Amino acid sequence: MSHKVIVPIGPYHPLQEEPEFFQLYVEGERVVDIDIIIGYNHRGIEKLAEDKHFDQVPYLVERICGICSSSHPYAYCLAVEDLLGGEANVVPERALYIRTLIDELQRIHSHLLWLGLAGHFIGYNTVWMWAWKYREPVLDCFEMITGNRNNYAMFKVGGVRRDIKDDDIPVLKKAMDDLVPALDLFRGAVMDDPVIQARLKGAGILTKAQAIDWCVVGPTARASGVNIDVRRDEPYGAIDRLNWNVIVEREGDVFAKTIVRILEMYESVNIIRQCLKGLPPGEIDADVREIPAGEGIGRVEAPRGECFHYVRSDGTNRPVRLKVRAPSYMNVASDKVGAVGGTISDATLTLAAVDPCYCCTERVTVLNKTDNKKIMNGWDLIRLSQEKTRKLEESLKNGRL
Amino acid sequence: MMIIKDAIRERLGNKIIAWEEKSSRRVYFTVAKEDILEAARLLFKELGLRFAIASGADTTEALEILYHFSYDKNGEFYSVRVLLRDKAHPEIDSLARLFPGAEWIEREIWEMLGIKFKGHPNLKRLLLAEDWPEGNYPLRRESS
Repeated sequence: MSHKVIVPIGPYHPLQEEPEFFQLYVEGERVVDIDIIIGYNHRGIEKLAEDKHFDQVPYLVERICGICSSSHPYAYCLAVEDLLGGEANVVPERALYIRTLIDELQRIHSHLLWLGLAGHFIGYNTVWMWAWKYREPVLDCFEMITGNRNNYAMFKVGGVRRDIKDDDIPVLKKAMDDLVPALDLFRGAVMDDPVIQARLKGAGILTKAQAIDWCVVGPTARASGVNIDVRRDEPYGAIDRLNWNVIVEREGDVFAKTIVRILEMYESVNIIRQCLKGLPPGEIDADVREIPAGEGIGRVEAPRGECFHYVRSDGTNRPVRLKVRAPSYMNVASDKVGAVGGTISDATLTLAAVDPCYCCTERVTVLNKTDNKKIMNGWDLIRLSQEKTRKLEESLKNGRL
Repeated sequence: MMIIKDAIRERLGNKIIAWEEKSSRRVYFTVAKEDILEAARLLFKELGLRFAIASGADTTEALEILYHFSYDKNGEFYSVRVLLRDKAHPEIDSLARLFPGAEWIEREIWEMLGIKFKGHPNLKRLLLAEDWPEGNYPLRRESS
């Protein structure tokens, strides 16, 4: 039993802004410690921003992440607008609605992406295929509105760069209508399936006290009973004019995180429908020219949680300091408590449950601690995770669950 | 509802060197570096604010850290400013002793600006490569 093994997971994953390297210390089946190493893809964006003028920075920060690629430019614009006196005082009404619509469309596509990969990890490849199939029409909506499937280049200080055409509104409405049955399908598949429940419940628990101490944000916090959501706590865009709910669960396990994300997609559909219905006429850009000296803070509820930008201006046309904090920065650190104490077959799932990218785990290797000999690769670990699901299915068939 | 602004001003008293309300939801206040643990304990442990992040900056006369705390019940945002004037040997108490959520950002500020965090449990590089030269802090002014 005391045969101690190191399991390194990582280091590269290209989808998210923070490639990670997880070194799991394992005794038998149990994870006893974890070392998280990041920085493999540090691009010095905060430093680069000091050499860009204010209008160039949105394009730069948009490239921090390809999945929540509108959250960073949005948070940056909010920070600059905070310096100018607040988004609501600067940005035209129509642009506020378009901003919120983009923000929520992005949440749907990001959560569907996560759901698909989580399904794949536990051996439910049908869920994977379905989730990604239904994600495609969402990306088509993005392409129609912004011209791009990702990295939308929609945000600028003082407004948005493209308008939503009247002809597009029925298409968007229909896309939302078509999405709801798909969400029903996922909700049913997850909530009613005894194997998924047995597999996800109790895995990778983050208690409420731990969530507070590790300062986690977004669905990771809300699944642990921490009732925070920037959209409600410090409303931005048109969100405070609309009716929607913050989804909070108490258990803090992978199941709770899954439920939070699935139910949030319904709220996003709801918000988008209200945006389309209430989209006011008018300008989409305030044409801001001068950024005075000062400092501002912008925060956006990205799909993974609060995305934070701090901007300082000395009155020139470039920021003297830009601080970016992506939500995963806080969430990934909490894996230190989430994964320790669990089994190795739950580790991939637990590390994935905070919604970092998954490519890292495909590079998982298991090393024997004494001679560093490789005993497992990434696919073996995923297979291990999928096998556990198969075993649960078998025991269910035999009535032993 | 508890009025956080009043609670902070009352409890920290004359330890607040400067107080600025830039808008109804944005409060910036400055404390001496010796008082940062007390301020953070009050905000995080007693008043229940969430630690959002800290941001370091090199203003030419000093190194500056802003500790950002969010009061999520009403969206107020408190940024505690600390100025470290001794740029040759900047150091300050670590908040990671109070809550682990501060561990990573203190490592980052340490490697980017060269500010030492006293009492940090694991002050090693977070983002910079292993072969990045010692003593070269990329977010310092002299390094641009």
